Amino acid sequence: MLETRDLYKHFGGLVATDHVSLSIREGELHAVIGPNGAGKTTLIAQLAGELRPDGGAILFDGKDVTRTPVQRRAASGLARSFQITSVFPSFSALANVALAVQAHAGHSFRFWRRAAHDAALTGPARDALELVGLGSRAEVPAELLSHGEQRQLEIAMALATRPRMLLLDEPMAGMGPAEGASMVDLLRKLKGRYTILLIEHDMDAVFALADWITVLVHGAVIATGTPEEIRYDAEVRRAYLGEETV
Amino acid sequence: MRDHGRETLAVLIGLAFLLALPFLAEAAGKGFYVTLFTRILIFGLAAVSLDLILGYGGMVSFGHAAFVGVGAYAVGILSWHVFDGSPLMTWPVTLEGTENAFVVWPLAMLMGGLFALVIGAISLRTTGISFIMITLAFAQMLFYLAIGLRKYGGEDGIALYNKSQLVPPIDLFDRTTFYYVCLGLLVAFLAVCRRLTRSRFGMAVQGARINERRMKALGFSPYRYKLTAFVISGAGAGLSGALLANAAEFVGPAYMSWQRSGELIVMVVLGGMGTLFGPVAGAAAFLLLEEWLADLTEHWQIILGPILLFVVVFARRGLWGWVAGQGREDR
Ligand SMILES: Nc1ncnc2c1ncn2[C@@H]1O[C@H](COP(=O)(O)OP(=O)(O)OP(=O)(O)O)[C@@H](O)[C@H]1O
Ligand SMILES: [Mg+2]
Repeated sequence: MLETRDLYKHFGGLVATDHVSLSIREGELHAVIGPNGAGKTTLIAQLAGELRPDGGAILFDGKDVTRTPVQRRAASGLARSFQITSVFPSFSALANVALAVQAHAGHSFRFWRRAAHDAALTGPARDALELVGLGSRAEVPAELLSHGEQRQLEIAMALATRPRMLLLDEPMAGMGPAEGASMVDLLRKLKGRYTILLIEHDMDAVFALADWITVLVHGAVIATGTPEEIRYDAEVRRAYLGEETV
Repeated sequence: MRDHGRETLAVLIGLAFLLALPFLAEAAGKGFYVTLFTRILIFGLAAVSLDLILGYGGMVSFGHAAFVGVGAYAVGILSWHVFDGSPLMTWPVTLEGTENAFVVWPLAMLMGGLFALVIGAISLRTTGISFIMITLAFAQMLFYLAIGLRKYGGEDGIALYNKSQLVPPIDLFDRTTFYYVCLGLLVAFLAVCRRLTRSRFGMAVQGARINERRMKALGFSPYRYKLTAFVISGAGAGLSGALLANAAEFVGPAYMSWQRSGELIVMVVLGGMGTLFGPVAGAAAFLLLEEWLADLTEHWQIILGPILLFVVVFARRGLWGWVAGQGREDR
């Protein structure tokens, strides 16, 4: 469904993406792990279209989208959530998600009807909020939501664009254990319904959820395989999992 | 949350006051206030149109007076041809001058929108300081272009011999009538903008201001919504220019000066960015201060400066936030 070929990106002398070739099959939950600064966010930014790679190609659904602008990629079904929460702080949670629904509904040249009273927007938006567990918080301005709730809102917005594939950048970043557990439940629900590229530091979550894992270190793929293979891969243990007991 | 009850009350009180103003002014023997408030309504209209892009869209246009000027010249030039008896153009079709308000006012809006389309299409490729500078540069170009219009008075502009004509019993030479026409148009424009800002289109424009990056990640192309808002804003400014030409019975390049653009921004900021009604209050505050303080000193803006600073620092959403309640926008 999504494929990269020899993707390459550098910032000055720093190689952030070092000839990365990935292949993510439809319906699969593919986790990318790696230490801080390994280039995971940079990889997602290139997949989403926000950053332009210096070399290599990105294929979505077999089509070369390497030079397709971010909004066109999003419109074609590639949704992303941000590591650092990126929402519309002054809008209510519902308005945030309704805007995402609107994005998918096509052009927004409708000038008269009040968006907040438009059931075609608020209906699906409420469903998405319900799904991520924010149903009761719909009217609360996003900036007044807790950190964990804002993370959930991120996911709800991505889902509301009715994507075919999700790029999730550390959805559990900064969450407490209870919130983290409910996020894992949510991801389990989403698994299979969407093709997912998941970046996550929580190894328990990754090994519980992933069908396939790619390990990134200094921008390069050092290993890729099933969770079992990765767990016992000597190089991975040395380079990354090292101290952690998995 | 903004206190909607309080805001509605403020709007109703404001409207009642504006409706009663001509009676109050005449009763107090201060008829010139009708003329002054006509100016307030006209500049209020221009400021509201600017708020659409500045407050809602986050586009700091420093050339808004250009669109006011374009609207004013549309009225002025057609009126000049009526007086002169010469046609506006003979090719490809012959067009005569006209003073019919039903023709020239929509035309003023059309021209304002058209110029906004061209200027916006280019300026909106940039953001931040570049955007401010490029809109300013375009406005200056139009300003000098107007000075170069020798036929239409050049630097001296055009003195109108007649006001625009509405249907017969309505005579715009009657200051009270003209006042109410301006009030009606301002109210109509506010009503339209209120719908706009809350529509899907309005949400897209506000989203682009608040978090353009996220908008793109959701699949929006912010440019087209911003440009559309820019055009609507230009059309509103064009209408206010048409009214201004009628109010002053004069059209000149000074309408497009950068100082005028700056004053419009001051009105919006003073009244409250992104509040829609605030800019009307801002225009009122600005022009009343000008009226009262100019008697004291010709450098009355020295006094305006600190007042503006005070409002910006202490009232986040300007005078309107103060009247209608501080609070969160865009629910
Ligand atoms: N815009 C940029 N300009 C210069 N360097 C950058 C830029 N963005 C990222 N980097 C650098 O590229 C490297 C990879 O960063 P990236 O954010 O992709 O890592 P990451 O794997 O997501 O890390 P984390 O786990 O901390 O989120 C880092 O060394 C970072 O400092
Ligand atoms: Mg990261």
